[in-house]
Amino acid sequence: MSKLIEYAPLLLSGALVTISLAVSSLLLATILGALGAWGKLSKSLAPRAIASAYTTLIRGVPDLVMMLLVYYGGQRLLNQLLEALGQERIDVSPFLAGVATIGFIFGAYLAETFRGAYLAIPKGQREAATSLGLRPRQTLWLVTLPQLIRHAIPGYGNVWLVLVKSTAIVSVIGLEDVVGLADKAAKSTREPFLFFLAVIGVFLAITALSQWLLRKLDARYSAHLNIPLPDAKKAGAPAESAQPTMAPALR
Amino acid sequence: MALICGRPPRTSPDPAFADWGDGGAALALKHWSMFAHGACVTVELTALSLIFGMLIAIPAALAMARGWRFWGGFARSYAYVFRGSPLLVQAYLIYYGLSQFEVVRDSVLWPFLREAYWCALLAFTLNTGAYTAEILRGAIAATPKGELEGAKALGLSPFKSTWLVELPSAARRALPQYGNEIIFMMHGSVIASVITIQDILGAGRTLNAKYYVAYEGFITAALLYMALTMVIVLCVRGMEKRWLAHLAVGR
Repeated sequence: MSKLIEYAPLLLSGALVTISLAVSSLLLATILGALGAWGKLSKSLAPRAIASAYTTLIRGVPDLVMMLLVYYGGQRLLNQLLEALGQERIDVSPFLAGVATIGFIFGAYLAETFRGAYLAIPKGQREAATSLGLRPRQTLWLVTLPQLIRHAIPGYGNVWLVLVKSTAIVSVIGLEDVVGLADKAAKSTREPFLFFLAVIGVFLAITALSQWLLRKLDARYSAHLNIPLPDAKKAGAPAESAQPTMAPALR
Repeated sequence: MALICGRPPRTSPDPAFADWGDGGAALALKHWSMFAHGACVTVELTALSLIFGMLIAIPAALAMARGWRFWGGFARSYAYVFRGSPLLVQAYLIYYGLSQFEVVRDSVLWPFLREAYWCALLAFTLNTGAYTAEILRGAIAATPKGELEGAKALGLSPFKSTWLVELPSAARRALPQYGNEIIFMMHGSVIASVITIQDILGAGRTLNAKYYVAYEGFITAALLYMALTMVIVLCVRGMEKRWLAHLAVGR
């Protein structure tokens, strides 16, 4: 136990790396998710095909395989490109490879969340905006987006909770996040049980804190409603009952 | 060593593919036996952990759905901890952590717990058990009241009502989500390769390390995981068609 106190600052700095990795990945995932949702909702064939290929790829390949491919394969590809251009070789950091992979994976899940949130907005809202003389851009910013955010919050929160956990795999390529540092501490103190248990505690604490914040956010965005929000599942998959939904349960 | 699949084969190239050249696909083909063994290990680990996980999940889900004070609370904490922390850390905790204790090293379980295979199986079982319990709990909670009243009116004992009416009905409702759980658990089993097990990703990593290549092993692994995912999706769809046929009416 005294070892844990001794190493607490180290674990805390690791937790900060984990959180910044997760937040950066979430930002990338949000951008890719918005693009993916736009593709899925698009009327033309090409964006829809690309978006559904993206989703299929993510559903088919495990996160760790994707990450090793991005880290080792991506590094080689980048350097071959740079060499062909006569530039110097660079090293991709595990942090960047982690953000790229996790952002790419969760972008696909967010695309589904955003698509569901968009479809949950009644058509009459947009028709009313048109009849009031709002331009398409004004309709998007003043009518569609605020409601989309409200409908997307439960699903977005779920994706965040899963994303935080899935950052653990980046320690496999050598990132010194909370898992990587605990592994080092476990090796030098020969107390692996204590340190990995502490890591589980850190993840549970991040989860609990996030859930509390999400509840507050949710309450704020649906303050005008007396009725409770439709939950994530209903918002994510309207009128598609027996089909497996894209609820992420990555390990 | 895996229970059914046995030891990994030697990594020497198969002479049958000697004249296929030196391309990436040829390299993977020459080592097909490694990947075949890896696929066997992945399927075996996934299937066994799903079966054992179900044995944990059914009583846990019942305890949660019934709201039993002690066991329900116990099952809820179990599900919260195992769903709230990364599988990688759970596997580390069991594989590296348990060997720290002399009690464990002296126990009859040590011949099992010192092997990566059994540790991975234990971690996966506890993990999927937690997710499955939560899926089943939701399905049990959604049982129409009339079904249970009907069972009671027919004079079924509480035990029979649970086994013959409530659980089969819940299993049907849980099927789409459980299909996802199978896929996520199969993907989660890549963690086994991190603790030295030669599953699909393990075979890919061995190939890459042996020939100093960056993509070949990982791309082969990714394709195999995608193929397995599609097989699971097709099987689950077939089961849904059979057991959820009554929901297709009028759709």
